[in-house]
Amino acid sequence: MSEWGIGKPVRRREDDRFIRGRGQYTDDINRPNQTHAVFVRSPHAHALIRSIDLEEANAAPGVLAILTGKDVAEDGLAGLICGWTVHSKDGSEMKAGGHPILAAEKVRYVGDHVVLVLAETKAQALAAADLVLVDYEPLPAVSLKNSTEPGSAQVHDEAPGNLCFEWELGDKAATEDAFSKAARTVSIDLANNRLVPNAMEPRAAIGDYDAGRDEYTLWTTSQNPHVARLVLSAFVGVAPEHKLRVIAPDVGGGFGSKIFIYPEETACAWASKKIGRPIKWTADRSEAFLADAHGRDHLSHAELALDEDGKFLGLKVKTKANLGAYLSTFSAAVPTYLYGTLLSGQYDIPAIYVEVDGVYTTTSPVDAYRGAGRPEATYIVERIVETAARETGFDPAEMRRMNFVKTFPHQTPVIMNYDIGDFEASLDKALEVADYAGFPDRKEEAAKRGKLRGIGFSTYIEACGIAPSAAVGSLGAGVGLWESAEVQVAPTGKIEVFTGSHSHGQGHETTFAQLVSERTGLPLEDIEIIHGDTGRVQFGMGTYGSRSGAVGMSAIFKAIDKVEAKARKIAAQLMEAAEDDVVLENGAFTVKGTDKSLSWPEVTLAAYTGHGFDTAEIEPGLKESAFYDPLNFTFPAGCHICEVEIDPETGVTEIVNFTAIDDFGTIINPMIVEGQVHGGLVQGIGQALYEHGIYDEESGQLMTGSFMDYCMPRADNFPGFKLGFTPTVCPSNPMGMKGCGEAGAIGSPPAVINAITDALGIKDIPMPATPARVWAAIQNSATPKAA
Amino acid sequence: MPVVTMTVNGKSVSGEVEGRTLLVNFIRDQLNLTGTHVGCDTSQCGACVVHIDGKAVKSCATLALQADGADVTTIEGLAAGGDLHPVQRAFKEHHGLQCGFCTPGMIMTAVDMIRRKPELDEKTVREELEGNLCRCTGYHNIVKAILAASEEMRA
Ligand code: FES
Ligand code: FES
Repeated sequence: MSEWGIGKPVRRREDDRFIRGRGQYTDDINRPNQTHAVFVRSPHAHALIRSIDLEEANAAPGVLAILTGKDVAEDGLAGLICGWTVHSKDGSEMKAGGHPILAAEKVRYVGDHVVLVLAETKAQALAAADLVLVDYEPLPAVSLKNSTEPGSAQVHDEAPGNLCFEWELGDKAATEDAFSKAARTVSIDLANNRLVPNAMEPRAAIGDYDAGRDEYTLWTTSQNPHVARLVLSAFVGVAPEHKLRVIAPDVGGGFGSKIFIYPEETACAWASKKIGRPIKWTADRSEAFLADAHGRDHLSHAELALDEDGKFLGLKVKTKANLGAYLSTFSAAVPTYLYGTLLSGQYDIPAIYVEVDGVYTTTSPVDAYRGAGRPEATYIVERIVETAARETGFDPAEMRRMNFVKTFPHQTPVIMNYDIGDFEASLDKALEVADYAGFPDRKEEAAKRGKLRGIGFSTYIEACGIAPSAAVGSLGAGVGLWESAEVQVAPTGKIEVFTGSHSHGQGHETTFAQLVSERTGLPLEDIEIIHGDTGRVQFGMGTYGSRSGAVGMSAIFKAIDKVEAKARKIAAQLMEAAEDDVVLENGAFTVKGTDKSLSWPEVTLAAYTGHGFDTAEIEPGLKESAFYDPLNFTFPAGCHICEVEIDPETGVTEIVNFTAIDDFGTIINPMIVEGQVHGGLVQGIGQALYEHGIYDEESGQLMTGSFMDYCMPRADNFPGFKLGFTPTVCPSNPMGMKGCGEAGAIGSPPAVINAITDALGIKDIPMPATPARVWAAIQNSATPKAA
Repeated sequence: MPVVTMTVNGKSVSGEVEGRTLLVNFIRDQLNLTGTHVGCDTSQCGACVVHIDGKAVKSCATLALQADGADVTTIEGLAAGGDLHPVQRAFKEHHGLQCGFCTPGMIMTAVDMIRRKPELDEKTVREELEGNLCRCTGYHNIVKAILAASEEMRA
């Protein structure tokens, strides 16, 4: 194993540019002769566009062009698409309303795109945008609550009653049967609060059309540039695929929000040909709040059936999921196949039935945000299990243990086949690290200080390694979810790896190189990881769903297999040895049992000179490509234990202890994995305690549209976290990896709310559990437990 | 248009600005020093923090004209003579960054924090980071990095 190999906490190579301020994010790039774009957005949640008057704006200084939906239509561009088709219970296809680049007839949320203003400077574009006069006829706003009420306004004519789909999964009859035999049932109503992703780098784009070559280049803040190119060419029709290059340079966080293809970058690419100059657009934070796809936003009712011993017999869930005003790139998949399929949690539940109504509202589109469907599922399961433990008098840890899946593989009633895991191992380790046994003493001590102390569990499971292409294809995905890699060895032996994964904080330039170093024995400085450019990387499905290790690295692994096989063949001929006797170890090819050896560069140079081996049998050169399609999902799982102290005077909740013990399979770089968990935990605890995207029911205005109103988690909201790992090696990919990017955000919200409700002795408190809500709950609860 | 002159990373620079031009735009657009970032429009994220006369300042909340005659250091100027500042080193050593977008502001804030508070503890570091948002790291390793750098610089 090399000193940079798998399992080592190698310091990140990409840090050198970031800590010196030499990163290159989209907004840091400027093109010669560049112009600036500003979008005129809808101030109404819902309105008809009567007319657009551009006369004054067109005459403003510096204005180059002002474009509307009419121009988009004249150029024959189609709207944006949703890449996943979901079917309703009755077999009918989901009802997808059009998703225009620029709205021409009707606006459907505050921030919807209406007019594109292009000017010499951003200040001039902003000034001209102010002079654009759009005459609106306002219509009533549509909220998650009122969307399906009779008489509600219609967001899309295609979707009567604002219902996009009525989806179901599981065996309804078997589940009803389980409930009929139950000794007792537990039920709970839960809201999963709407979140705004808020990657720190706002979205940005530069469209640059080269008339000489009739080619477009689009720099954009994307987690998946090849998918963006595919959508913009095949579906929207901006340019043929081979005439469009999409580059996602350094990207400042994504968390899902930069997976999607939005109107802004589409418009910048398209319009750069119209004006014959590059166009740059950078969102300000207020635009990001309005027009980035949001996450979560479910209302659910769940029921759990138990036998007299506390064993789970069945689970029923009914959910209303907000899709927002338009279907975003993957939005139909999130509250369905990424959600319902995880409702078995870590438990052996014989029967499950879930129904999800996906509804349109006059709010920003809702799509994948860190965890995407899996946090919502985990919230249901872990809240109802905790409630069941309380109502039946079981210890919450023991009730979980009793119902855990203990043998693998395990087929759940909701599609997933868990391949491996050890749920008791993570629970036991978490109980120990969190000192569960000492909790009663700590609670008593806290009570003496007038504080209410509570403890909460979450034993979560998620599905990553997204995904086996045939499986997702049969469930409605319009794409395959494999990954690609090319490994190109130069004559001098240096290696360039072209990966379809995209790093926007995950540290792939380090971890992917660790794998290559492990396999070849080369030092990291001889290995370069290239990503985020359709002009250099053959293809890629991108980074989301914690897939880049299990899927992206597996593709690299396969490509290295091919490179190694070929290099060994060449080395064998060079050393006149049998191929089977040649091994690659510590950067050299050696003939077993002899002192014959050739260094890596000696062999790679020979590959390019074509000397010393038979080029009729072995082609010269050393470059191999692989496409890796996963065999199964992977199933990261773990146990989170949260301990809180609440000040009954103020309602302020303090997280005093947080333990996360996770099973991510093989870990390439523990330092980076811990960092991913830390970040996920803060987003998950942020959801539980602070964050809430709120639209006014009446007006449809976004009430939390800035960092002044939307409470972002800050450093002083948290203690240090206690982490640990209990790995089981994933059998379905060559390195045994499961994925770690989202676990923190998936596991933590129910742990926090379980701790708060434990402290207060109440059944539920809505997220975010703000001081005002906690204080009110204390006032309303009949028997405050301490102080 | 008025002309501002200031020292940025040890070099004297001047340029024409509008009265409303923010220091961050002068730095990014006119000086082409793009290490200083813009993460919000309400002066809350701290991605834009630079030093003016040695003190951490949000350059999105400062007019370019206000910095006339000042000595400004941006993230690009922190590694004196190419050697990393101890805070920069500590951020790398302790994995205090992921996407890197908040990092320049975090590092500039941390340098000023260590200058002002020779006796830093975890609670103080967390409180002092009130004006800096990071969406990636969960702050855990940023706090660790700042404490380590503070210790190293005191030694
Ligand atoms: S840009 Fe956010 S505080 Fe300055
Ligand atoms: S490292 Fe990405 S925002 Fe801090």
